[in-house]
Amino acid sequence: MKRAECIAMLYPELEDKLVVTIMGACAQELYDLGHRENFFYLQHAMGLASSIGLGLALHLPHERIVVLDGDGSVLMNLGTLATMARYRPKNLVHIIFDNGSLLSTGGFDSHTTSGVTDLAAIARGAGLERVSAVNSVVEFGEAVIDAFKGDDLSVVVAKVAPVGPNHYGMDLHLPENAFAFKRLIAERKKKSHHGS
Amino acid sequence: MTVSYENSKVIFQGIKDAGITSLSALPETWLGLLLHYAEKDPDVTLIQVAKEEEAIGIAAGAYFAGERHVLLMQNHGFLAAINGIVSLAQLYGIPLCMLIALRGHWGEPYPWHTRGGIVTEGVLRALGVPFEYARDPAKVGHQIREAYTFSQSSLSPVALLLTRDLMEEPL
Repeated sequence: MKRAECIAMLYPELEDKLVVTIMGACAQELYDLGHRENFFYLQHAMGLASSIGLGLALHLPHERIVVLDGDGSVLMNLGTLATMARYRPKNLVHIIFDNGSLLSTGGFDSHTTSGVTDLAAIARGAGLERVSAVNSVVEFGEAVIDAFKGDDLSVVVAKVAPVGPNHYGMDLHLPENAFAFKRLIAERKKKSHHGS
Repeated sequence: MTVSYENSKVIFQGIKDAGITSLSALPETWLGLLLHYAEKDPDVTLIQVAKEEEAIGIAAGAYFAGERHVLLMQNHGFLAAINGIVSLAQLYGIPLCMLIALRGHWGEPYPWHTRGGIVTEGVLRALGVPFEYARDPAKVGHQIREAYTFSQSSLSPVALLLTRDLMEEPL
C-alpha cells in the first residue's frame, strides 16, 4: 500500500482534529489534498512531531490530536514513545508510516527495511498498550477508526511502499503555519469555553 | 556539595509567580528539589522527558495549546537539544523559556562536567539565544519573569543560566 492512499482515506477524518505531520513526502501528500489551518507541518527537526503531539495532547484534553510520523523520524526520537507511555494522554493517535526508507534524502534503507527492527514491538516495549501493525489500506482504515473511537492513546504502524510525490513545495511560510495553528487552537478553546 | 534548599524554594516560587503552569524537565542534581516541588503542586503539570530534545517539541505543543511553559535542563541537555532549538523553535518563531543548570563552570570539582560548562556560553552566543546568569536568590524570581516575557515577545528561545552560587549551599 501507498502512504498517499492511507492519507487520502484519513483526510476526511482529520477535519475536527489537530494534526502534526513530519516533513517531506508525508507533509506534501497531506498538503496536496488541501491545506487546513488545523495542520502543522514540521518541515525539519526530525523526530519531534511525536513530541509536539504529546505536548498538545497533554495540554488540550478536549482536542483529538493526530501525529503522522515515519520510521526515520521515530528512530531519531525513540525516547518519546516511552514518555508517551508514561503520561498516556487519551486523546492522541500516533500513526507511523513505515516505508523502510529515508525516502526524501535519496531512498536509503532505514533500520526497519530488513524487518529486523520492528517499530510496533518497540512501541509495545515502551509501554504503549494499544498498538496495531497493518499492511493493507483496509486494515489501516479499520485500525484508525478503532483508534479514534477508542478514547485512549493509540499507535498505528502502517507498512507502506517507499514512494512519494513527484514534486515538493507549499505556498505557506513556516512561521505563518505556526501562527495560524496557534490562533486556531485559541479560537477553538474560546468556543468550547462558551459552549460549556 | 549540597543543593540549596532555600534557593530551590525561591526559584520554584519565581516560576509560580511568573504564572507558569507547565514544566518539562530531565532530572538533574541541581534541579531535583524543583522537580519535587513541581510534582507536589496541583497547579503545575510536570512532564519528565527521556532526552532534552524531546522537551523542545513538548514545549512547542504547550505553546500552541496556550499554556505557560518553562523547560528545566542541565547545560549538557541543552547541548543535546540544539537541533530542536534551531530547526523547530527558531525556524517557526516558537518561544522557549529555558532554565539551564550551568554545570562545569567556576568551582566545578567534577572533570566530566567541564567541557560542557566551558562551551555553553559560546554556543548560546553562536545560536543567537539571549541569556543571563542567575546568581542571586533575591533577583532570580524577577529574572525568571523577565526571561518568560522576553521569550514571548521575541518569539525566541531564551536561557537563564542557574549558577553554582545560586544552586549550591556555600561550603
